Amino acid sequence: MEAYISLFIKAVFIENLALSFFLGMCTFIAVSKKISTAMGLGIAVMMVQIITVPANNFIYHALLKENALSWMGITGVDLSFLALLSCIGVIAALVQILEMILDKFFPALYHALGIFLPLITVNCAILAGSLFMIERDYNLPESVVYGVGSGFGWALAITVMAGVREKLKYSDIPAGLQGLGITFITAGLMSLGFMAFSGIQL
Amino acid sequence: MSEILNDETKKVLIEPLVDNNPITLQVLGICSALAVTSQMSTSLIMALALTLVTACSSAAISAIRNHIPGSIRIIVQMTIIASLVIVVDQILKAFAYEISKQLSVFVGLIITNCIVMGRAEGYAMKNPPLASFMDGIGNGLGYSLILITVSFIRESLGSGKLLGIEVFKLTKDGGWYDPNGLMLLPPSAFFIIGLIIWAVRQWKPKQAEAADFKILSIAHGEGGHH
Repeated sequence: MEAYISLFIKAVFIENLALSFFLGMCTFIAVSKKISTAMGLGIAVMMVQIITVPANNFIYHALLKENALSWMGITGVDLSFLALLSCIGVIAALVQILEMILDKFFPALYHALGIFLPLITVNCAILAGSLFMIERDYNLPESVVYGVGSGFGWALAITVMAGVREKLKYSDIPAGLQGLGITFITAGLMSLGFMAFSGIQL
Repeated sequence: MSEILNDETKKVLIEPLVDNNPITLQVLGICSALAVTSQMSTSLIMALALTLVTACSSAAISAIRNHIPGSIRIIVQMTIIASLVIVVDQILKAFAYEISKQLSVFVGLIITNCIVMGRAEGYAMKNPPLASFMDGIGNGLGYSLILITVSFIRESLGSGKLLGIEVFKLTKDGGWYDPNGLMLLPPSAFFIIGLIIWAVRQWKPKQAEAADFKILSIAHGEGGHH
């Protein structure tokens, strides 16, 4: 149990997808102007991450890994080079299914998320979650914890960023730095803050 | 005719370098720009890989653009891009294993790099293969330019080396340069790109964004009773 808690803490703070690996930056910069939309997107990312990381983990271990097909009587087959293609396929398909389910059963949430849900397919934080899971060889329960943790960490980062930017728009910024430039510098300062966690050994 | 083509080719090759740079103006493909730039060798490989993938995928998508049904075009584009990335990934693993280990998941992440998708969707779907190929190269070069600039600053100030070769002699080896450790940490990439954007926009004021709120100058002495 302790191992799972430390994995969660690590995924949220120490290895925060947005601020220490720079993943999902395009959306992170583009959608962090208002706290409410940022939070909506954060929740969507978390939801997709919780589903896709374990799903990809299952597919990787059951079909793609070296000798994974031995349960079908086929040995010596290594399909792990297909992992990239299968990961992105699974993500695209699951996002589509999630969209349909939300539309049918939770229309309020569906409308709140709006355009962000389909865009999540091309959010690199999602794909990176699955690829890190493969690279670090997590098992199924670990991948669930990692999915929850990394999604939550990303949601936390974008919400905090939106909070800072809402205040920032009242400040007097040099013309060339306005908008994108100051956003980068703010993200850098936040990332500096998150570096403080990196010394923690878990 | 050939001259028009040349002008067009030149335009799609040169424009993305500064005037319409994918990173500083279009805000695309930032993730990898930040993550692989602590060393010049990794960012050179990354720049090369991305330029090749963007050019080839744009050409391939443009070649079949009239046969892709609109409703599934994203999936088709994704499949083409993912296949190309797998080729690049396997080549790197075979010939440059050390660097491929350092790049870790970021080669795979070219799939979701917005530059590739953005050019496929924004240019290749409407233009013939050759022009799309050139557009891919141009945008890849714009990306490479930023990547190499950032990694140049980070590696030289952070470890006194360029491409692994010592340029500043470090104090611990009896030299004069005390390396700035911050440059090797993630936040420095944010600062450097932020400053590059500032510099570019100061040079080309057209790119600057309007402020949401303007501070009105308040006459002195007004509101004297606090």
